[in-house]
Amino acid sequence: MKRLISALVQDKPGVMNRISSLFRRRGFNIESIAVGPSEQEGFSRMTIVAENAPTGAVDQLTKQLYKVVEVVRATDITEQETVAKETIFVKVRANSEARADVIRIAEVLKAEVADIATESMILELTGDTGQIARLLDLLTPFGIKEIVRTGQIAITRGE
Amino acid sequence: MRLTGGEILCKALLAEGVDLVFGYPGGAILPFYDDLVRNPGLKHILIRHEQGAAHAADGYARATGKVGVCLATSGPGAINLATGLATANMDSTPIVAITGQVARAAIGKDAFQETDITGITLPITKHNYLVMTAEEIPNVVKEAFHIARTGRPGPVLIDIPKDVFVEEAEYVSALDTNLPGYKPTVKGNNSQIKRAATLINESSKPVILAGRGVMISEAENELKNLAEQAQIPVVPTLLGIGGFPGTHYLNLGLMGMHGSAYANLAVDQSDLIIGIGCRFDDRIVGRVSDFATGAQIIHIDIDPAAIGQNVPAHVPIVGDAKSILTDLVPRIDGKNRSDWLQHVDNLRHDHPLFIPESEKLLPQHVIQRIFEETSGNAVVITGVGQHQMWAAQFYLIDKPMNWITSGGLGTMGYEVPAALGAALGRPDDQIWSICGDGGFQMTLNELATIRDEKIPVKFAIINNGNLGMVRQWQELFYDKRYSQIDVKGPDFIKLADAYGMHGIRVTRKDDVNEAILEANAHPGPVIVDFVVEAEENVYPMIPAGQSVKEMVEAPRPVSEAQR
Ligand SMILES: Cc1ncc(C[n+]2csc(CCOP(=O)(O)OP(=O)(O)O)c2C)c(N)n1
Ligand SMILES: [Mg+2]
Repeated sequence: MKRLISALVQDKPGVMNRISSLFRRRGFNIESIAVGPSEQEGFSRMTIVAENAPTGAVDQLTKQLYKVVEVVRATDITEQETVAKETIFVKVRANSEARADVIRIAEVLKAEVADIATESMILELTGDTGQIARLLDLLTPFGIKEIVRTGQIAITRGE
Repeated sequence: MRLTGGEILCKALLAEGVDLVFGYPGGAILPFYDDLVRNPGLKHILIRHEQGAAHAADGYARATGKVGVCLATSGPGAINLATGLATANMDSTPIVAITGQVARAAIGKDAFQETDITGITLPITKHNYLVMTAEEIPNVVKEAFHIARTGRPGPVLIDIPKDVFVEEAEYVSALDTNLPGYKPTVKGNNSQIKRAATLINESSKPVILAGRGVMISEAENELKNLAEQAQIPVVPTLLGIGGFPGTHYLNLGLMGMHGSAYANLAVDQSDLIIGIGCRFDDRIVGRVSDFATGAQIIHIDIDPAAIGQNVPAHVPIVGDAKSILTDLVPRIDGKNRSDWLQHVDNLRHDHPLFIPESEKLLPQHVIQRIFEETSGNAVVITGVGQHQMWAAQFYLIDKPMNWITSGGLGTMGYEVPAALGAALGRPDDQIWSICGDGGFQMTLNELATIRDEKIPVKFAIINNGNLGMVRQWQELFYDKRYSQIDVKGPDFIKLADAYGMHGIRVTRKDDVNEAILEANAHPGPVIVDFVVEAEENVYPMIPAGQSVKEMVEAPRPVSEAQR
């Protein structure tokens, strides 16, 4: 089961290391970790997606995240109402014959065409996990050359 | 005022009240050793191996309640501190370690004696710093001491590149710490405290499990009030020994793997466990599903991550033990629990902790005699193994900070350098280090330090000629297939002589008393080599991962069993 953890941390060297170390210690894999500046200067917000982590262990881990001196807040938001999205770039094989089909898929799934070359195209999509999976499904028959994903960022709904 | 990084560090340490440091010089920290020459206020103890510096700082901290400080150079020096840092981390001991690092420009280039010590110590320190400018030093030092001593205490490491020690900066003393992510909860949640009070008032068979947090927060009186007022028996954890008087009628002694049978049975039969400043470690709990199945659990700890870590708590209360007990005790009814106490007394009577009758020199007997001849007032340091468990069982500690042992990490070799540190912190007390012959050999190099500093530690080597605890496990769980347990040491009397110490060998039961008296009367350090029975076992024993149902009690003498 995947868990979604949101953390507000001081923007200092080594913080990422301290946090990821708590996952490594237990042998949990981090599927993605997305970090950027937050609304407060000097603080970053992280969204961590952990794979195969039992709920109890994640509770414990979240408490241990708090023990990292630079962590101001850490919450497991898996069960909460959130807006959670990520951005993906897909470089897909598309010569002049296939191009129109790929563009149609992009239109329907609300992906942007970020670049076109003679033998390939780059599509860009920001969406939830389902939307991204659908895009990848439809593009697979054309031949996917490269994928880059930001990892999910998530924010809880309401006040 | 412009000063060098090294001078600033001296000022910052003095500002924290540091007057004693344990260390060992080397290339990367040489500039700071030059500063030490001009700062006699920072007395430096030259240990003989950096592991000893960390353990000595730890022993000093546990014996005094102050922060212990150790120093090492980069690379091998810094890495040698690791065992000591991990020991302190597991047992919540405040120490600050300062390590030299290669010069800033050399970092990351596999320079001579470069190691990534902040990386290596990340999981075994509470926090650590790599200081890249001299100007940061005052604030970093202030934060490091604050983090080390507050909340759940622990070790903090400060790594300083060689050229930062000589870089000049304007010295401004640190005013305050800026740690937005570090705010230990002190006051307990009021409604949780009320729930806890209700549970306690309603319970008819409660026990208190008292950990080191009681002493860290100086809640000994509050604990005593709670126990006496509500007539609740107290079971200390291995690290909690001293937080509640060892000779108090409500003290049941240790539980868990080598706890007394009556303590284990009482906890098993209780209807409420009040855990205070402890973490329900696996050596106490055994098999979680069989642990005190009829009991609710109140768990008080300052570390939220310790609560529910091993056993689920019905009433978790995060905060400082003293503050929480101060709020809790007035809500507790003075209750007559004479039925329960009578029952516990019966358990104590039916399953006593005893020393087998023997004409031979038994290790338990030695420890009991040391207890009696020191009137229970010595500061006791131990190694790890059988002798440690016997010391916990038979040296009843009445005062906080008089019991110094490596519990969480179980570090053999702790007994020599930790005794050195404790003795320097408590010059007016009698210091007895109860050593394993195996552990003693791991760090006996510090005898030279002890001789140089004229520290009057009394070492009682419980010399069974083997790795006793390992032998016991091999006897019980591997059908006596003894594998690599003979650790016969040197002639400890000649060793004492070589280090300019007084040595006494005891091979007969009748000579124990006199040897202890002689050691106590001797003004300097003494090594007493107690050549004890080789194959004594520590009882009772609950095998690892099992429960009180599988507890093995000592074979009873015939007369006793027939009674
Ligand atoms: C550094 C270290 N290595 C290994 C162990 C595993 N161990 C635990 S107890 C023990 C035997 C200790 O022997 P000794 O010091 O002679 O004490 P005794 O049990 O004989 O009293 C060993 C090897 C340990 N705890 N620490
Ligand atoms: Mg031994």
